[in-house]
Amino acid sequence: MDKLKHEVAPIHDALIDYKNNRMVSFDVPGHKQGKGNIMLRNFLGEKCLSVDVNSMRPLDNLNHPTSVIKDAEDLAADAFKSDKAFFMVNGTSSAVQTMIMCACKESEKIIMPRNVHRSAISAIILNGAIPVYVSPGINKELGIPLGMSIKDLEKAIMENPDAKAVFVNNPTYYGICSDLKGIIELAHKHNMLVLADEAHGTHFYFGENLPPAAMHLGADMSAVSVHKTGGSLTQSSLLLASTKRLNPGYIRTIINLTQTTSGSYLLLSSLDIARKNLALNGRDIFARVLELSDYARKEINSIDGYYAFSEEIINGDSTYAFDRTKLSVNTLNIGLAGIEVYDILRDDYSIQLEFGDLANFLAIISVGDSYFAIERLVSALAEIKRTHKKNKADMIDHEYISPIVKTSPKTAFFANKKKTKIIDSIGKISGESIMCYPPGIPILAPGEMITKDSVDYILYSKEKGCLVTGMEDMELGHINVLDI
Amino acid sequence: MELWYTEDHTDSVKFSIKVKKQLYSRESPFQQIDVFDSEEFGRFLTLDGLMMATEKDEFIYHDMIVHVPMAVKPDIKKVLVIGAGDGGTVRELTRYDSIEKIDMVEIDKMVVEVCKEYMPQTAEKLDDPRVTLYFEDGLRFVRSKENEYDLVIVDSTDPIGPGEGLFTKEFYGNCYKALNDEGILVNQHESPYYKEYANAMKRAHKRIRELFPICKVYQAHIPTYPSGHWLFGFASKKLDPIDGLDTKRWNALGIKTKYYNTDLHKGSFALPNYVKEMIDYENK
Repeated sequence: MDKLKHEVAPIHDALIDYKNNRMVSFDVPGHKQGKGNIMLRNFLGEKCLSVDVNSMRPLDNLNHPTSVIKDAEDLAADAFKSDKAFFMVNGTSSAVQTMIMCACKESEKIIMPRNVHRSAISAIILNGAIPVYVSPGINKELGIPLGMSIKDLEKAIMENPDAKAVFVNNPTYYGICSDLKGIIELAHKHNMLVLADEAHGTHFYFGENLPPAAMHLGADMSAVSVHKTGGSLTQSSLLLASTKRLNPGYIRTIINLTQTTSGSYLLLSSLDIARKNLALNGRDIFARVLELSDYARKEINSIDGYYAFSEEIINGDSTYAFDRTKLSVNTLNIGLAGIEVYDILRDDYSIQLEFGDLANFLAIISVGDSYFAIERLVSALAEIKRTHKKNKADMIDHEYISPIVKTSPKTAFFANKKKTKIIDSIGKISGESIMCYPPGIPILAPGEMITKDSVDYILYSKEKGCLVTGMEDMELGHINVLDI
Repeated sequence: MELWYTEDHTDSVKFSIKVKKQLYSRESPFQQIDVFDSEEFGRFLTLDGLMMATEKDEFIYHDMIVHVPMAVKPDIKKVLVIGAGDGGTVRELTRYDSIEKIDMVEIDKMVVEVCKEYMPQTAEKLDDPRVTLYFEDGLRFVRSKENEYDLVIVDSTDPIGPGEGLFTKEFYGNCYKALNDEGILVNQHESPYYKEYANAMKRAHKRIRELFPICKVYQAHIPTYPSGHWLFGFASKKLDPIDGLDTKRWNALGIKTKYYNTDLHKGSFALPNYVKEMIDYENK
């Protein structure tokens, strides 16, 4: 990467020129640099509203970039070492949807881990693809889903040689990575595309001593949430693509199917500026983030009762690598659920975490953190243990239930449904998506056969106090099934 | 040419001292450190531009943060001091022969070095054999201590900047744990007068009150601090600062002070009505 060329930020620079020209605007947006909405201007600031502008020749057009947006995308591609980069303003969800819609059409198969993000499921509801699920392993001690094992993927490929693509999380929310290199080799050997959900992996492209980035290993596409760990504004994201097996013009067409025609320049410029910062300083930034999170882990682990896990959970298969910037902490030994610690930290200590489940909580450590903030978190955890500790809570036993996909999620989504008692639902097709936390893996998705195993599992999870989501009947007595 | 040091006490109130000479100015990894010399207040130390201590009026602050708890429990043996880089608090503590050990935790080593060189009046006792200096975050230090100290003194900067962690619930909770059954926590409690300081004061007070069964506030007049009206917090597990005061015993020690005396001790806990209301005093 030629660092010198990353000193520029084309969209940022064009917006500065636009401001200096003091244009009189007779175009949208109607707030006209904030003059038409004083409260908003006072709240967000004049500088911000002055660049909330519409596409125009000097500022290019996101739906068909030819000048500054194209230049900024080319720089992003260079920085991420990918053939192409597309700026996305509808979130990483839209990048995930584009990947899936590029890779497969109606009734074509796509292989994916069971714990994919809901945006991937939305994509197959929209385009009618058929999911083939692979079990993510479960770490029973921690109650978290892991990655795909090569053996399981191989079996899915052998059983579904007509599948078009393999979808993979890199990493999961908890920082778990699969053997991506092995997955890519295997998929390409069978003429399948590899689509990576790297919503939590922007830093892999710039840091050292981190798991590898998908595009660097030869993946075909990746959805990268620059806003999550890369410093751009919420909702801005990147879609990376290799041109070896994909036509960039077709990707652009798919993006434009659902993307807004009023792309926000606040979001676009934030991607441009974040790219510059990552290209120039990314290595140092993530070295510091690693230092901070390793320090936090060491300190948290020295408070007896919390377990801030790290690379020791690697098993060479379903946990092939671990992202040490993720501060995931298991709380079972102090007798509190992760979600309880999460709530106490926010309500009593003004410390906001990313999320908590029954057994763990996750803190995101980023470029914006300092040792002072880490000390507060660690000290508050020590205090919570002193004041709230209970007897050790038992982790419940989770088994993976292989889904039986009867109809496409699209068919199931649009079909008529009827309410059935859960015990009478065995053998019917689910109209709902039912998820249990932990471990955050769906038990049933729309279009799947309801089996005795799945019903038993729902009832068991409910009895054990897991959070079961997705069913219309909060009491879990009834389930919506397809009326066919 | 005139050289003036100015501190914004609020957005629209300034406080200035005419400076004879700037003796030191450097940025540490944590803050900007400056030492000035002046006609009216002698030498004075500022951190991030905020007044910390002047040679002329530091005795008030240091008398009140040390002698009040010491008079309530004159047999204190082990003390933890957090912050206090200028050394004034330790200087007053070393006047008690009964004290066996003083741990002082200051995050910024440069402050201590600068004060040793430019503010010897306050820093003179930092080399006392009973004193151990730790240069680290107070929040981190206190976390691992349990049932260890008779007295914890929090002599910190304001809650914006490196001192922020020393105004949090987690910090006060860890202090509680670090103290023994008769332990006392005294802290720099900000000012009740200007709104921004008063808000910090109220928050700090509320958090301490949630943890300690006895929690009182006392005051002093410090000319160079914003509004001049400054508060200290006295919190303890058992000892009441007024009922527990043993006047004869403290006076028998023969410690000569310029501000503190046992009459003032009792009086300093008598608060103005607006301050009482602010901290909901009667309910404790």
